[in-house]
Amino acid sequence: MSEIQLEIDGKEVKATEGMTVLEAAQSAGIFIPTLCHHEKLEPFGGCRVCIVEVEVNGWTKLVVSCVYPVEENIIVRTRSEKVDRIRKTIIELLMAHAPDSPKLQDLAQEYGADKDRFEKDASFCIHCGLCVRYCTEVAKKNAIGFVGRGINKEISFIPEIAAKECDDCKECFPLCPTSYLQAAFVLTKALFSPPPSSEPASEE
Amino acid sequence: MARLNSPEEVENFRQEILSKRDPNMPCISVCVGAGCIASGADEVIEAFKAQIEKEGLSAKVDTKGTGCPGFCERGPVVVIYPEEICYLQVVVEDVPEIVSQTIKENKVVERLLFVDPVTGEKAIHESDISFYKNQERNVLCNNIKIDSKSIDDYLAIGGYSALTKALSQMTDVEVLEEVKKSNLRGRGGAGFPAGRKWEGSRNAPEPIKYVLVNADEGDPGAFMDRALLEGNPHSILEGLILGGYAIGSHEGYFYVRQEYPLAVENINLAIKQAEEYGLLGENILGSGFDFKVFVHQGAGAFVCGESTALMTSLEGRAGEPRPKYIRSNIKGLWNKPTVLNNVETWANVPLIINKGADWFTQIGTESSKGTKIFSLVGKITNTGLVEVPMGMTLKDIIYKIGGGIPNGKKFKAVQTGGPSGGCIPEELLDLEVGFDELTKAGSMMGSGGMIVLDEDTCMVDVARYFINFLTDESCGKCVPCREGLRQMHRILTNITEGKGKEGDIELLEELAETAVEASLCALGKSAPNPFLSTLRYFRDEYEAHIKEKRCPALSCKELISFYIDPAKCKACGICFKKCPAEAIDGGKKKIHIIDQEKCTKCGTCFEVCPSKFGAVTKISGEPVPPPVPEEERMITKKSKEK
Repeated sequence: MSEIQLEIDGKEVKATEGMTVLEAAQSAGIFIPTLCHHEKLEPFGGCRVCIVEVEVNGWTKLVVSCVYPVEENIIVRTRSEKVDRIRKTIIELLMAHAPDSPKLQDLAQEYGADKDRFEKDASFCIHCGLCVRYCTEVAKKNAIGFVGRGINKEISFIPEIAAKECDDCKECFPLCPTSYLQAAFVLTKALFSPPPSSEPASEE
Repeated sequence: MARLNSPEEVENFRQEILSKRDPNMPCISVCVGAGCIASGADEVIEAFKAQIEKEGLSAKVDTKGTGCPGFCERGPVVVIYPEEICYLQVVVEDVPEIVSQTIKENKVVERLLFVDPVTGEKAIHESDISFYKNQERNVLCNNIKIDSKSIDDYLAIGGYSALTKALSQMTDVEVLEEVKKSNLRGRGGAGFPAGRKWEGSRNAPEPIKYVLVNADEGDPGAFMDRALLEGNPHSILEGLILGGYAIGSHEGYFYVRQEYPLAVENINLAIKQAEEYGLLGENILGSGFDFKVFVHQGAGAFVCGESTALMTSLEGRAGEPRPKYIRSNIKGLWNKPTVLNNVETWANVPLIINKGADWFTQIGTESSKGTKIFSLVGKITNTGLVEVPMGMTLKDIIYKIGGGIPNGKKFKAVQTGGPSGGCIPEELLDLEVGFDELTKAGSMMGSGGMIVLDEDTCMVDVARYFINFLTDESCGKCVPCREGLRQMHRILTNITEGKGKEGDIELLEELAETAVEASLCALGKSAPNPFLSTLRYFRDEYEAHIKEKRCPALSCKELISFYIDPAKCKACGICFKKCPAEAIDGGKKKIHIIDQEKCTKCGTCFEVCPSKFGAVTKISGEPVPPPVPEEERMITKKSKEK
């Protein structure tokens, strides 16, 4: 793996080939906000909050740092007027679903986002896919997946697998940035677990 | 049929086919493309066969179902060779007359000919019809000449001669260089130079490479790829084999949407036939080149026309795009170098190899070479597929070929490039069509959709319609597209319903910027185009909706009222009888009045009011005048004079 030299926010950063800009930044202690990123998971590129400006051979473009591979001598700017504006809009769009998410609230404060800018939608899920991907890639249980497409897309436990696997795992719970997942899981469990006689119904 | 083992054997076989065919033998060609089938072409062709049989002409006349020539507006289309007499809108009842007159007596059935709407002149031959006359049909032209299910027909018109030429006279590099030199740009949307894409894959170190046909045509109203897939599948297959040869790939895929069953059938058949003839498979024509082709049916998601989503879907996973910072021609299907080109792009390749890059570059503009097939639809006299040289003006396409706007209406805009294209206004009608020209005007070439809009179309509603389509078709993976489009659609709907607010335009612009800059794939990045282009050219319509609650095109239901002008109403009673909401009060010689409370704004009264009266009008942005007092409602001579 050859070494790659790049500049992030004016700082010379060394990275190795195959790393993403986000990883390079993190290794140099430079913070880029993320929502769908997790170091144990394959990059997803769904939330787009980690968008940054990259200058390649004098050309500036916006790229998503969690999937953009490092290149020799590129100049990365993690904040700019445009980057901040786009991050703010993304946060506002997500707060239409999960206005009470602590993670979103922190970001909203940083970027001056208004949680009430867009009409609310009755779903707390922000489709970061952390639970789905963790279950597939790390836990390797495939107990939860996405169903539907576009604005109708939602996460859903597969009852047959969830009934067997989830009780002892629940590793996806703390990953959820909105707390929606727990609700969904509890609901599914309530609907599909064996009758109350064999398991206390009061379990939360 | 024995396998053909060399290019020479193909040429000999071609001569054998031709020697058995009499070019002067009459042939009745009936288009059996999807549009003509819907208009009864299947019955027409059966009727011809029966009639020919009945008259004992079977040995003297050939009858053939062919691909789509493009003039769908006037289907079923029948062309009689060798004279190329073209009959339009042929029905079963016309068949005996055509056989007795044209086939037996060599006379033309005048009433089935095309009549030019401007000059009133009748056109006997296909090439005389104004719709065809102004086109340059290099790719589509063979559709009407061949039975798409017959490889022999394709061979008879010179099919697979580009392949034999490439395998016998050209190295793989020379094929690549020819395509590069032709500057053929992808016909599927972005217009990326095909040769450069191919070269990237060829030079990639991975030994396994793929070539794919994007036949997931999903734009509403677009059907050029369908016409080629159904009408001339071998031309696409030949292009694909040449592509495989040029980049060193041994495996190709057709990604066809399952909503095109005839296309799937014809492509599968074409592959089978080509394999039997030794034009596909191992050691093609003794050249040592192996190439296999498979067909994959898409499940109907618009986003799967996007390259990375298509590949993800082909791999057997949910059709969602993936980041493209490393291009697919380097890391595509199963992470191998993959060339994905659109149906029409592949169909151009045999032409380029046969006639040369120099021939190809003579056609078109500086940056866009060759011809492009557009599907011309909407408020246009001649609906259909048109193939024109790049650089033809929009005006010529719409007026010379399309015959202009029907019903005496005024042209307003043309929407090009599919749902995420843009609207181009009248003042830009002299624009020459080309990839860069259309992009500069705020629209795009896309796959070649061209929807003509007339003065009755509300541009805000057009934007709302397309954003709605794209919201539905967003895969939902990234936030700017999934959430941004949802909110854009909501705001646009509000505006068309008279609930627009100050600041809505700015908010839409911000959402558009986020989607353009931050979306994962081309669907999201281009999705705001319908809004951005209509705002650019029709900002006044947005402002009228928001500020005056007025729809200038008198189209948005929530913003218009229907009103009967008392001075014009003749109390004929038609609207009174037809109103499904029973909202009209009237009677004999009594001026009719619409009860605005009951009116559902269905527009029936407006449509049925005789044009000589024209009493029903649409009003927007102003209050409906109070109803005529009861005592003045009786129509007397005096009130008639008014």
